[in-house]
Amino acid sequence: MDIKDPIKRMDALAKARGETKYLSDYRFEGALYSRMLRSSIPRGRIVDIKLPALPEGYRLITYKDIPGKNALQMITADWPCFAETDVKFVGETIGLLVGPDRELLQKLFDQIEVEYEAQEPAITIAEGLACKGGAFLNGNNVHCSLSLQKGEDIEAVFSRAYRIVEQEITTGFQEHVYLETNAAVCTKEDGRFVIYASAQCPFYIRKSVCGLLGLKPDDIIVRQTATGGAFGGKEHFPDVLCGPLLVACYVTGKPVRLVFGREEDIANSVKRHPSRVRFKTALDKDGNILGMDSEVVYNVGAYLASSFVVLQRGCFHVTGCYSFPSERTKGIGVATNTYPSCAFRGFGAPQTLFAIETHMNYLASLLGKDPLEFKRRYLIKKGELTITSGPIIEDVKLVQMLEQVLKASGYAEKSKAYAIGSGKGIGLAFYNHGGAFTGNGESAIIKAHVKLVKHLGGPVEILCGQTEMGQGFQTALRKIAAQVLEIPPETVIYDNPDTSRVPDSGPTAASRSTMVVGNLVYKAALDMKRRIDAGEDGFEVETVYEHPEGYPWDQSTFQGVAYLGYGWGVCAVEVEIDKRTAEPVVKGIWTSHDVGHPIDELICHGQVNGGVVQGIGWASTELLQNIGGHFKQTSLSDYIIPTSMDTPTMSVEYVDNPYPWGPFGAKGMGELTFNGSAAAYVDAVSRAIGKTINAIPIPSEVIMDYMLDKEASR
Amino acid sequence: MKIDFNLNGVQVSVDKDPLSRLIDVLREDFGLTGTKEGCSEGECGACSVLLDGKLVTSCLVPLGSAIGSRVDTIEGIRDTKLGSIIIESFANGGAVQCGFCIPGMVISAYCLLSSNPHPTEDEVRLAISGNLCRCTGYDLIVSSILDASRRLA
Repeated sequence: MDIKDPIKRMDALAKARGETKYLSDYRFEGALYSRMLRSSIPRGRIVDIKLPALPEGYRLITYKDIPGKNALQMITADWPCFAETDVKFVGETIGLLVGPDRELLQKLFDQIEVEYEAQEPAITIAEGLACKGGAFLNGNNVHCSLSLQKGEDIEAVFSRAYRIVEQEITTGFQEHVYLETNAAVCTKEDGRFVIYASAQCPFYIRKSVCGLLGLKPDDIIVRQTATGGAFGGKEHFPDVLCGPLLVACYVTGKPVRLVFGREEDIANSVKRHPSRVRFKTALDKDGNILGMDSEVVYNVGAYLASSFVVLQRGCFHVTGCYSFPSERTKGIGVATNTYPSCAFRGFGAPQTLFAIETHMNYLASLLGKDPLEFKRRYLIKKGELTITSGPIIEDVKLVQMLEQVLKASGYAEKSKAYAIGSGKGIGLAFYNHGGAFTGNGESAIIKAHVKLVKHLGGPVEILCGQTEMGQGFQTALRKIAAQVLEIPPETVIYDNPDTSRVPDSGPTAASRSTMVVGNLVYKAALDMKRRIDAGEDGFEVETVYEHPEGYPWDQSTFQGVAYLGYGWGVCAVEVEIDKRTAEPVVKGIWTSHDVGHPIDELICHGQVNGGVVQGIGWASTELLQNIGGHFKQTSLSDYIIPTSMDTPTMSVEYVDNPYPWGPFGAKGMGELTFNGSAAAYVDAVSRAIGKTINAIPIPSEVIMDYMLDKEASR
Repeated sequence: MKIDFNLNGVQVSVDKDPLSRLIDVLREDFGLTGTKEGCSEGECGACSVLLDGKLVTSCLVPLGSAIGSRVDTIEGIRDTKLGSIIIESFANGGAVQCGFCIPGMVISAYCLLSSNPHPTEDEVRLAISGNLCRCTGYDLIVSSILDASRRLA
């Protein structure tokens, strides 16, 4: 059997029967309910907190109850568990009101009054950079920055350029909308704190919150409960729930539970970073690109958390699937008084990939060239250098993938037949995604371990920290082990991780689980197979990640091989716009992806479908405005994600391109699938209405503004 | 007040405020946690149940509306012939990812196929348009419902 042949997902039946328990489905005896008290202003000082008379058993937990350090240790530790005197964004945690009766708790909560001394906030990228209201960070509101230059100095290239083209492209906030809202419980079992959470990264939570009580990570146990979607939104964010819950459990000695409502979750959780990318491109007199300069600015919000890494990935992807003789970029993470942004499928890459594709289309239109022919000439190849001046290690099969998409979509005929501005358009985008942590991060920072156990006279069990959040990893990982061991995958045990039982195999993030952790399980299974064949039973095998030699990376200068393997994608989208209502209808979507060798084609198919549709949502209907520090769209009736009626059945194809360091040749693919559809969609709409579009999202009212040449609501 | 209704084929009685949300009564009083709460405003469809055979979002239904009526939840339909065919098609067809929307999707599919056993793709898409899913992009849910329809024969 080829590993790519689909099998029935291990988790599907219980989920479809409604038997799988998510956090809110559990009952914890004697658990207190809790409500988060949050800042209602974007910037200011807390003057007073007026509490109603609290009956016995009810208590407001604040920073004063923290015996250790008031910080959540994410990648940085600048985000406090509870605000002390200053508040920097709407939604910043001030306290956690806990008590036994849910309705009484709510009544008491509604009576709490916080008095502030308000200051002028900076909300947008421009306001943050201009230090509106006075800088609140580092004297310049810059959280982080980096610069990269490849090839000839770009200034020298500009001085001899025939023509220089500048363009600014912006993208907006995006909310994850995992169907299960954030939820966690903290309790004490046998004298140890135990956290149950809907989360991607149990080991992150432990590390992040232990310092609040002056404990070590090992002193706290985190158990992941079945997680109803995450998309990056449950990578670091669960720490924001689990920190206060841990302190509350410590203070009260009782289990404490927190389940967000939907509006609460949208209004008070991390988002995809809004971005502003400015290109400056040097052309010769024949319209050839001599070099490309860019400035990439991400709106980080009030705290840095993981955003420098997000910005880095954004910069590493700013030239997309192309290679130019000279490339330079500068990245800036700007501090604003908005809810901090954090991980979201693609982790900074989608913003710059949208920007480069849109810019390439713009250049082609200025030059009067066919956009596809124009872009094809610059597609990067094996051995060519990326913007970090390291080579692409693998064969790049974009041309073959393009042929598949052209054939399936009828792109050539349609792009000729649909005149610009005719109301019909077809667009196409190239994209990629560097798999796993950047450079040597897997060996220098993560150091993943996994264990494979052969229980005496019993089954094989996988022990690792990777979580199932819908992406299918519990099935994929069992398949990998089972295929090597030549046993049925359903006999392999792989439970939701419990940090006291499993080794730390790193976060379930960065499209690393299959290509990195999957490979560790693959290697462990090879070893186990040899020993079982030799008659051994009742033993365990542990494997540790080792970075292949010969692919250097310098994390201080960001120079070298950023990624050993990329996923690659080509996506075409066809739209038709109603000329009276400006309502767009997606008529077709065609894709081809290089994911190495798929572990399960049906699971991959689901990832492609979901990622592509989520990307179209980001570009089209998912308008999320921040007005005066408050998110304006906070429910699913005004934050509009795609429904089953919004996209037709899409075409899904692959090219096979086995990755030498992945299990059975597999590479990462979860994020890749998000990275291109927005650009293809906007290309199609842009052609259909005959306008250059520089900003997303473009809900129909914005499309209408473009059609009427109005600036109004953009 | 005392409220009597038929829950998954069994006559039940509960002493509650008639304005209690049906979803809370199902999940908390009867422990039927297969019905999920996704948005609390009738937008996402994760809490879908059948009220006298009609598809409703139980977060918006006051308990009083169920007096003398029949309520069917995922726990009630999953072992019926139609329910098990749908669930089997979902599991085989890649329709399930995180799973949080899926019980509601199964209820919607059950409601559709009960009245229209052989729908077109457009009819399937319309029938589940009140059920949001963020994982799948819907294609494999749609194809799984069509597969269930074929297996009904």
